[in-house]
Amino acid sequence: MIERSPINSPMGRLQGLWDRPGFRWPALAVVLILLVVAPYLFGPYATVILTNALLYVVLALGLNVVVGYAGLLDLGYAAFFAVGAYTIGIVHHVYGLDFWLTLPIAVLAAAVAGVIIGSPTLRLRSDYLAIVTLGFGEIVRFSARNLDITGGASGISGIERPWIFGWRMQSTLDFYYVFCVLAILAVIASLRLADSRLGRAWLYVRHDEDAAEAMGIDRVKVKLAAYVIGAIYGSIAGAFFAVNLGAISPESFSFQQSVLILMAVILGGMGKVPGVILGAFIVILAPELLRDVGELRLLVFAAGLLLVMLFRPEGIWPSRRR
Amino acid sequence: MALTDIVLQQLVNGLVLGSFYALVALGYTMVFGVVKLLNFAHGEVYMVGGFAGFIVLSLVSGTLGSGWSGVAVSMVLAMIGVGFLGVLIQKIAYQPMLSAPRLSILITALAVSLVLQNAVLGLTGGRYVPFGADLGFGGVNLGNLFISYNQFILVGTAGVLMLSLELFISRTQYGRAMRAVSIDKDMCRLMGIDVNRVIAVTFFLGSGLAAAAGTMAGAYYGSLWYFMGFLIGLKAFTAAVIGGIGSIPGAMLGGLILGLLESFGTQIPGIGSAWKDVFSFSILILVLVFKPTGLLGRSEQERM
Repeated sequence: MIERSPINSPMGRLQGLWDRPGFRWPALAVVLILLVVAPYLFGPYATVILTNALLYVVLALGLNVVVGYAGLLDLGYAAFFAVGAYTIGIVHHVYGLDFWLTLPIAVLAAAVAGVIIGSPTLRLRSDYLAIVTLGFGEIVRFSARNLDITGGASGISGIERPWIFGWRMQSTLDFYYVFCVLAILAVIASLRLADSRLGRAWLYVRHDEDAAEAMGIDRVKVKLAAYVIGAIYGSIAGAFFAVNLGAISPESFSFQQSVLILMAVILGGMGKVPGVILGAFIVILAPELLRDVGELRLLVFAAGLLLVMLFRPEGIWPSRRR
Repeated sequence: MALTDIVLQQLVNGLVLGSFYALVALGYTMVFGVVKLLNFAHGEVYMVGGFAGFIVLSLVSGTLGSGWSGVAVSMVLAMIGVGFLGVLIQKIAYQPMLSAPRLSILITALAVSLVLQNAVLGLTGGRYVPFGADLGFGGVNLGNLFISYNQFILVGTAGVLMLSLELFISRTQYGRAMRAVSIDKDMCRLMGIDVNRVIAVTFFLGSGLAAAAGTMAGAYYGSLWYFMGFLIGLKAFTAAVIGGIGSIPGAMLGGLILGLLESFGTQIPGIGSAWKDVFSFSILILVLVFKPTGLLGRSEQERM
C-alpha cells in the first residue's frame, strides 16, 4: 500500500539525505535554531501565524494517532479541542482554579469523553465511527452554544493568562515559545508511541484487523487507546489555545475545524510525523500565501485532498518501508 | 390548543420532515447496499440538487410560472442532471478506490463532499439564495389543525417517488441486478451482470432522489444555502441506520420515524428546538450502540 518514492525523484533524494546518519542530527539542530530565532527574523505578524501553525502541529499529531496510527476516521476531532478549551474556560476562568491544576482536569475530561464515545462505537464498522464522531462533534458544539455555563454563542472571554515559576505568559512571543515546547513534546511523544508495543499493535490492527486479533491483540482496547490518546493531545492543545487567545466561542470548534485538522494529517502523509508537521504548516501557511483565494481556501484544500487521495494516497511526504 | 391538536399538528410536521429524510436516506442505503460505501457526499448531492432545481426553475418560470407545475418540471430535470452528477462522482472518485483500504475511500468521499460544498460556497458567496417558487398558502382546516396543500403535495410526491423506487427494485431487471450485486458482487460478474453499470444506476437513482428532496426543500422552505446538506446528510444517515442500513423499506421507515421523533421531540419541555439536533444525534448513537442492524436490517455481523 505504501510505496517508496523513486530514488531519483526530488522527494526521494530528500528521503535519501534524511536517512543518511550524519545528516539527521545537524538538520534537527538547524530546525531548532530556526524555531528559536524565527520571531526575530520574520516579525510579530509571522510570530502569530507560526504560533497557530505550531498549535496545528499538536492537533494534527494528536489526530494522527487516531487516523494515521490506528486507521480510524475521526470527523469530530475539534470536540476534544473544545473539551480542553472549555474546561479551562469554566474551571480556570469561572471557578478560579489555577491553570496548572485545571490542565489535568481538562485531560481527564477529554479522556472520559473519548471512552464514552469510543467504547461503544469502536466495536462497530469503521464507517460508523466516522459518522458518530461527526455527530459527537456537533453535539459538543451545540451544547457549548446552548448552555449557560459555556457562555452561549458568545463564549467565554477574559480568560487569565497562566503563571509559571513566577513568570506570566503574556506576550505573543511568550506563547510562541510555549507552543514550540508543546509541539516538540508532541513530536517526541508521537515518535515514542509509534515505536512502542502499542504502536506496533496499531500498525498490525490497521493492516489486518482479523490477523491482529488472532495474534492476541484486543482490537477494541487498542483502538480505544488510540482514540483516548488523540483526545488527550486535543484537550492539551485546546487548554493552551484558550489561555493564548483569552477568549473562546463555539465557532472555533466547528466541523470545518475538524476537517482542517484532518487535512493537515492527510495532505502531508498520515502516520508519518514529518509528513503531519508539513501538513499542519501547509494548512496554516498556504492561506497566508494565497491571500486572494479568500474564502475559496477550503475549496483549494478539498481539491488538494481529493487529488492526494486519488494519485498519492501516502501524502506529500515520502514514505519509507513500514 | 388542545393536546390532540398539538399531536396532530406535530404528526403533519413530522411527516413532512420525515419525507425529506427518507428520500435522502434512500440514497445512502442503496449505495451502501451495493458498494458497501458510506457516501459522505450524499448530503451535498442533496444541496446541489436544490440549487439545480433553483437554476431550472429560474429558466422555466417565464413559461411555466413558479407555481407547482414549474417546480415539478424543475424537480424532474434536477433529478436527471444530479443523477448524472452522482454517476460522475462515482466514476471519478469512487471507482478507482473500490479496492483501496477502507480509510482511503472514506476520506475520498469526505473530499468529494468538501469540494461540492466549497464550490457552492464560492459560487453563492455563502449567502442564502431565495428559491423563488410561489406556491401559495392555501390549505385545509380540520378543526384547529391546518394542513397546507403544499404539505399534501410534498408528502404525496415523496410517497410516489418511494413507491416507484420500490417497484423498480422489485420488478425490473436492473432492480433484480441491484439486489444481486448487494449480495455477492463477484458472483454477479460470473453470471454476466455488468456490475459497474449496476453501480452507476444505483448512484443515479440515489442522487436523483436526493435532488428531488433538495428541490422540494428549496420550494417548501423558500431558500437554499451551501451548508444545507450537512445536517440533513447526518440526519438521513441516522434515518438509514434506524431503519437498518442497506434496507430500502428501512430507509423509508427510518426517515419517517426520525421526522416524527424530531417534531415531537421539540415539544418535550427541556429539549425544544435549540436541542433538536442534539436529540437526533443522540438517537443515532443510541441506535448504533444498542441495535446497529436497525429495525429492518439484515442481522449479519460484519466487522471492518
